[in-house]
Amino acid sequence: MAKKKRKMPGLNTSSTADISFMLLIFFLVTTSMDTDQGLGRTLPRPPEDEDQNNEIKVKERNILNIRINKDNYLMIGDDYVTVADVKERAKVFIQNKDNKPNLPEVQMKNIEGIGQYPVTVNHVISVQTDRGTSYGVYFQVQDALVSAYNELRDELAKEKFHVSYAQCTKKEQEAIRKVYPQKISEAEPKKYGQAQ
Amino acid sequence: MPEMNTSSLPDLIFTILFFFMMVTTMREVTLKVKFDKPVGTQLEKLARKSCTSFIYVGKPTEALRSQFGTGTRIQLNDKYAEPAEVYDYVRAERSNLGESDQPFFTVSLKCDHETPMGIITDVKQVLRKAYALKIVYSANKKETE
Repeated sequence: MAKKKRKMPGLNTSSTADISFMLLIFFLVTTSMDTDQGLGRTLPRPPEDEDQNNEIKVKERNILNIRINKDNYLMIGDDYVTVADVKERAKVFIQNKDNKPNLPEVQMKNIEGIGQYPVTVNHVISVQTDRGTSYGVYFQVQDALVSAYNELRDELAKEKFHVSYAQCTKKEQEAIRKVYPQKISEAEPKKYGQAQ
Repeated sequence: MPEMNTSSLPDLIFTILFFFMMVTTMREVTLKVKFDKPVGTQLEKLARKSCTSFIYVGKPTEALRSQFGTGTRIQLNDKYAEPAEVYDYVRAERSNLGESDQPFFTVSLKCDHETPMGIITDVKQVLRKAYALKIVYSANKKETE
């Protein structure tokens, strides 16, 4: 008499879902999906000698001085401005389209992929702050400067390659970066109007 | 009515679990300072999170104010610190990285937008001395309307 094959009862897995839910919730609580975003900067190397004043001399026309005082008022060169003006001023300064004598020197440069193009090689943008300046304003100025560079790069990309900067190939982007290199100086702190 | 087959439910949940395990990172420190990051439009994503150390600058959280006052503080790991201590912190954090990762070492400054620049400048000067030259000003993306 053949024994009827006994059927193995299925393992009750109804609680697996609960277990994995618990794990899921544990991970949700202990981890953070904080995608950190920000503006990247590279600090200059520390001075070799503390006493040595190794400030690189830059011609006055090549520097765009942005000063922010402790009450968060902005000055570019000798003019009072607001944060909203920074971008346009920076763009005019970086580009120096008409080769004006009070804006940075323009040199024709041969750039691979673009050819001869006028570049303001030696321009520097320097942001100086007081100790009391609020970080928020400083950051907005930095952000405006980066957006000035990005807009210029985008314009050049559209002109030369007919696509936006982000859509360019790596090589094209590199060429564009050579035309508009980001030169924002992380200036040495200076103390203004403080008795020492 | 036949019972619904829920045998694939655990698999589903596991998938979600794995998804979260991939995209999130362990929260490493309990924040002792409160900071509202500034908003910006031109932000870049942090390339290598594993090579990044964080410095938090802001005012103590509400609960800690009675104890520590409302002055701006710097937080490293789990405790408040002076700007000078940043040096040792950065050196230690960098030596924890593998040799191949050390050139990518970045310091992310998470600061409140009301922080006076004086403190941030101090921190930056210390970072320069410690040769931690890559920094990121951490910020939130501006909502575009």
